Amino acid sequence: MSANYLHYHYVVPGDDFTQAGMASGAVKQILKQLGINPQTVRKMSISLYEGEINMVIHAGGGEIDVDIDNEKIVAVLTDHGPGIESIELAMQDGWSTATEQVRGLGFGAGMGLPNMKKYSDELLIESKVGVGTTVTITVNIDN
Amino acid sequence: MLIRKIREILDAELLVGDELLDTEVNAACGSDMMSDVLAFVKDQAVLITGLLNQQAIRTAAMMDMVCVVFVRGKRPDNDILEIAKENGIAVMTTTHRMFTTCGLLYEAGLNGGMKTK
Repeated sequence: MSANYLHYHYVVPGDDFTQAGMASGAVKQILKQLGINPQTVRKMSISLYEGEINMVIHAGGGEIDVDIDNEKIVAVLTDHGPGIESIELAMQDGWSTATEQVRGLGFGAGMGLPNMKKYSDELLIESKVGVGTTVTITVNIDN
Repeated sequence: MLIRKIREILDAELLVGDELLDTEVNAACGSDMMSDVLAFVKDQAVLITGLLNQQAIRTAAMMDMVCVVFVRGKRPDNDILEIAKENGIAVMTTTHRMFTTCGLLYEAGLNGGMKTK
């Protein structure tokens, strides 16, 4: 990698589903340009994309901070949405509170958080009902 | 199978990705649920879908897929096609329905990848 430390900040609008995924797409391009191996790029891209979609469909948008050093990529997704009542339930395959409208858009199958867990090396979810949710995704760089 | 062959089998109209017609693909995934695509796709290079929005293309891009086929004659708008161009994804539309589209391609040798479990 050419740089020792990089930081990127994105604002995710909550009112426009068509924009959902733009930040993840931009991060994917950056990771590819840095020459990080494709498997690692894909892991972070999928985890971040799921997180970004969740922010839009559940929390009215939020902010994403991405830090990259020689060893790992860390993405912190912060929102001020309704919070997650039971993280344990939310982590189960197929469990979802998404509306029919969201399902019509191709999401809300209850696979978002399980996917994020599957594709990340470390996933930390901190949430308080009525306050918001912070999700930290860590993917290690192997090359 | 070449993307060119997919177009031929489905009698599809290619909307973007002329330069990708000679790209070789081995496996495909048919779904309208992008959450499932993100959960189960591994090395499938083609997404067959009836979901007509930006997320169909963005999801394909996240999974490093190179071709999206819209079924039932669905025709994406320019915003959707722009995202495909940016991500190097060929996009086509066929009047066949989902089941027929999948069947025709499977019969011609395109597989579905591994079982999910």
